[in-house]
Amino acid sequence: MQISLTINGKSHSNDIEPRMSLVHYLREVMDLTGTHVGCDTSGCGACTITLDGNAVKSCTLLAVQADGCEIMTIEGMANGEQMHPIQEAFKENHGLQCGFCTPGMVMTAVDILKSNPNPTEEEIRHGLEGNFCRCTGYHNIVKSIQQAAEQLNS
Amino acid sequence: MIPSKFDYIKASSISEAVKLLGKHGYDAKILSGGHSLIPAMKLRLNRPLVLIDISGISGMNTITEQGGEIIIGANCTHSQVLKSDLVKNKLNIVTQTVKCIGDIQVRNRGTIGGSLAHADPSSDYPATILACEAIIEVEGKNGSRTIDAIDFFQGIFTTSLAEDEIITAVRFPKVINGNYQKFFQSASRFAVVGVAVVKDGDSVKVGVTGVSDTPYRAIAVEDAYSGNSDAGSHAIDNIEVMSDHFADVEYRSHLAKVYVKKALEA
Ligand SMILES: Cc1cc2nc3c(=O)[nH]c(=O)nc-3n(C[C@H](O)[C@H](O)[C@H](O)COP(=O)(O)OP(=O)(O)OC[C@H]3O[C@@H](n4cnc5c(N)ncnc54)[C@H](O)[C@@H]3O)c2cc1C
Ligand code: FES
Ligand code: FES
Repeated sequence: MQISLTINGKSHSNDIEPRMSLVHYLREVMDLTGTHVGCDTSGCGACTITLDGNAVKSCTLLAVQADGCEIMTIEGMANGEQMHPIQEAFKENHGLQCGFCTPGMVMTAVDILKSNPNPTEEEIRHGLEGNFCRCTGYHNIVKSIQQAAEQLNS
Repeated sequence: MIPSKFDYIKASSISEAVKLLGKHGYDAKILSGGHSLIPAMKLRLNRPLVLIDISGISGMNTITEQGGEIIIGANCTHSQVLKSDLVKNKLNIVTQTVKCIGDIQVRNRGTIGGSLAHADPSSDYPATILACEAIIEVEGKNGSRTIDAIDFFQGIFTTSLAEDEIITAVRFPKVINGNYQKFFQSASRFAVVGVAVVKDGDSVKVGVTGVSDTPYRAIAVEDAYSGNSDAGSHAIDNIEVMSDHFADVEYRSHLAKVYVKKALEA
């Protein structure tokens, strides 16, 4: 089946099987391997991307459902060599250790800060309910998002 | 995990979706947000040959106020409902309910129509639909009809929808005094117990999810209510309480009473 969509600002058109998940389309057809597959069962959030600006778990969408949509993956966040303020804040605050969960954390942070530019610590923690990190204990991830919020508002 | 093969059709109107359902019968499944159906298909618990995607049908994703009622289109996502000021101001119990569904990503995809049609015994909406006495609007090959909340849920993953029917909207009366209380499954965030209470003068309506394989109106609590939370002790009268690895019968029964009391006190 033919789908056309925009990924990180560029238009793409591909012929794919309807049963292909969006994350497999991104990783295997588009070669965008920054989006990770952790659980493949909608639990961990490693596969989070934004679809028309909203964070979604791409392991639980079919690529055909994204036909006509705008997708942003972690690869689309930086502006050339210039990291996005959320990425910069993760780097500054040790918001990652192994980094497996990080693309999903960053893309969820985009949604958190879009709906709520000045989140409290509690609101950030609730916002991350769908993203698991097995390394950091979350503390520095929360700090990173707090700093990114300050940066984006300044 | 890859689903078995299927054809994917994007319906552009309700009548087209109903026609396609009629044509393909048991082989077809409606797809809305996909956040219950796709996981089931990936595990091959469900193997439809045809998926009819209704998410693009215009007019099915609006929230409106009409004649004293709030009407939520079946395709409204939990996020959309959570962000609606109309719902927040006139139907706050629904705002409270959707706020505790899953996580941001799940709320961005899951819909009210999909949640009700799926009828997961641990889902949140059913308790609130029951306590609010909402009305479910459906359309099938014989036209449209409405189903009262109390008649909708028939058992585990089972509703009174006919094979060829789809939910188009849910109608709620305005609720001034209502609240939803939930005890979460710690990993999945579904409800181990969820209780919705709507108070109107001296009377209450109580909807309970997660406790039995079918969500129910706690009539015994409603009858016993005398202005305080004591009636909560009747939460499971005449109810067969379910047991799973999150909570056995004894623990779940205890939680049901505690959460009904909490909701009556709130
Ligand atoms: C990780 C995770 C956590 C979750 N946590 C919670 C939670 O805490 N509480 C909770 O309540 N839910 C939870 N859910 C479920 C979520 O809310 C689902 O999205 C919702 O139950 C189904 O809505 P959907 O639009 O995704 O339906 P789909 O998956 O598209 O469809 C589900 C079923 O309903 C049918 N269907 C869909 N729309 C219609 C319609 N309009 N008319 C007739 N039939 C229709 C489909 O054919 C299918 O059988 C969770 C899901 C996930 C993946
Ligand atoms: S890989 Fe999608 S949620 Fe875990
Ligand atoms: S940094 Fe390793 S899982 Fe989060």
